[in-house]
Amino acid sequence: MIAHAIFFYFFSVIAILSAIMVVVSRNTVHAVFFLILDFVSIGCLFIMVGAEFLGMMMLIVYVGAVAVLFLFVVMIMNVSEQKLSWLRGSKKSNHIPVGLVISIVILLELIIVVGGWKYKGDFLNTRSFNLDGGITNTHQLGNVMYTEYIHLFQISGIILLLSMIGAIVLTYRKREGVKRQNYFEQISREREDSVELMDVNFKEGVKIDD
Amino acid sequence: MNYLNIFLNEVFKISLLLIPILVSVAIIVWFDRRVWGFVQKRKGPNVVGPFGLLQTLADALKYIFKEIIIPASANKIVFILAPIITMTLALSAWAVIPISEKLFVADINVGILYIFAISSLGVYGIIMGGWASNSKYPFLGAIRSAAQMVSYEVSIGIIIINVLLCVGSLNLKDIVLAQKNLWFVIPLFPMFIIFFISALAETNRPPFDLPEAEAELVAGYQTEYSGMMYAMFWLGEYANILLMCALGSILFLGGWLSPIDIYPFNIIPGPFWMILKILILFFMFALIKAIVPRYRYDQLMRLGWKVFLPFSLLYVVLTASFLIYFDLLPNTGIQ
Repeated sequence: MIAHAIFFYFFSVIAILSAIMVVVSRNTVHAVFFLILDFVSIGCLFIMVGAEFLGMMMLIVYVGAVAVLFLFVVMIMNVSEQKLSWLRGSKKSNHIPVGLVISIVILLELIIVVGGWKYKGDFLNTRSFNLDGGITNTHQLGNVMYTEYIHLFQISGIILLLSMIGAIVLTYRKREGVKRQNYFEQISREREDSVELMDVNFKEGVKIDD
Repeated sequence: MNYLNIFLNEVFKISLLLIPILVSVAIIVWFDRRVWGFVQKRKGPNVVGPFGLLQTLADALKYIFKEIIIPASANKIVFILAPIITMTLALSAWAVIPISEKLFVADINVGILYIFAISSLGVYGIIMGGWASNSKYPFLGAIRSAAQMVSYEVSIGIIIINVLLCVGSLNLKDIVLAQKNLWFVIPLFPMFIIFFISALAETNRPPFDLPEAEAELVAGYQTEYSGMMYAMFWLGEYANILLMCALGSILFLGGWLSPIDIYPFNIIPGPFWMILKILILFFMFALIKAIVPRYRYDQLMRLGWKVFLPFSLLYVVLTASFLIYFDLLPNTGIQ
């Protein structure tokens, strides 16, 4: 039990510290690295409470895919200097009120969630699920998600698909003058289509292009 | 006292796994260069030691005694961290690989997800190395490799779903034991081919070695690295290749199971078969390095997203409907 507690505090301290560093660090790329560290330590906390499937999903989805895209954007757009100028030119910064509003909303939501879970025991009624101790985490999640909550599950999938299509539509533009290569045309060229033998008259030459 | 005992026991088990892996990485590098040489009608490394077997050891010694040069404009912490992360991740994924029914470090319920997660973390070593070098060629290499690894992970994930549908468990031991009667390479043969090609792309092996394409990018993300740090990148890369070969043999070739369950074959211990299968898969990797020209970048992306992804999704639907129609769904854990 002591080892368990030590590991719990180890991971949670790392999680909290790196979450603070995400906000504080000056270089944006470093901020993303701290975000990754945060994700990893939260994944470890999930594994510690026995939710190994969620922990691994945290690693695969957030660290393996989402954070890579963050890093991609931050590195390509070179916003690390931009953040510095934001921090220094704090005289006329108008994003602090917006940030305050958002963080107050999140705090209220957290209070509601934690309060509901602490003071109303039947808030999360787990009776309706068939929670059987003998089967693994993954099977249990599957049993609940594909039976009780199948409609919500499908709807969230459709929302994700729609947002993906929306992002593609927003960024898609048809470019003019791009030379596209077509595999099948390139491979299926025959000798007759591309090579032509000509009799060249002296001092007249051949017109190749028209 | 009790904790200390457990700790020492685990350290012993881990070192018993890690040292053979490091040694076999050295041998496999020699094997790779040898096969490459023979395909091109050269001899390959054959001077140091018997058949040149100690060539890798000599190279490693050379790397250790070389100076580590850190570029002045590099981000030093990230620059040093990158090869360490690459090598640590490549070795830590080996923890769940079962060499035989009783030979493994950890037997966890979500073993396949663990390997998938660790191999998807592997991209960070490359991105960090490329970014921290603060130079154009490494950066371009890192960007290429990030896009490549993320896209091929998707197809590997869907191929794994195919196998998991036939097994009904995420445990690697269960996956191997489910192939007792029929290796999955037979019913899922197209998936095996796609897995193999995706593994080539995932480990940045030729013909998909665009992150380090020497004709375009000098050495990609490794350009600024020297000495021991370069050797660590290189070690992590080969450990990853071995891991992918092991994963392929567990998912499709029946892991430690013998090909046929009759007398002279089934007394040979499991680790022999496992290592043989890994070696056969690695031989294919080495051959492909020697005989296939490099892909263009847009061809690589097209292959990943427009060919492999739809095809493996279609195969998931086919496998699922086949299993349901013939009532072959594995019913572990379903009430």
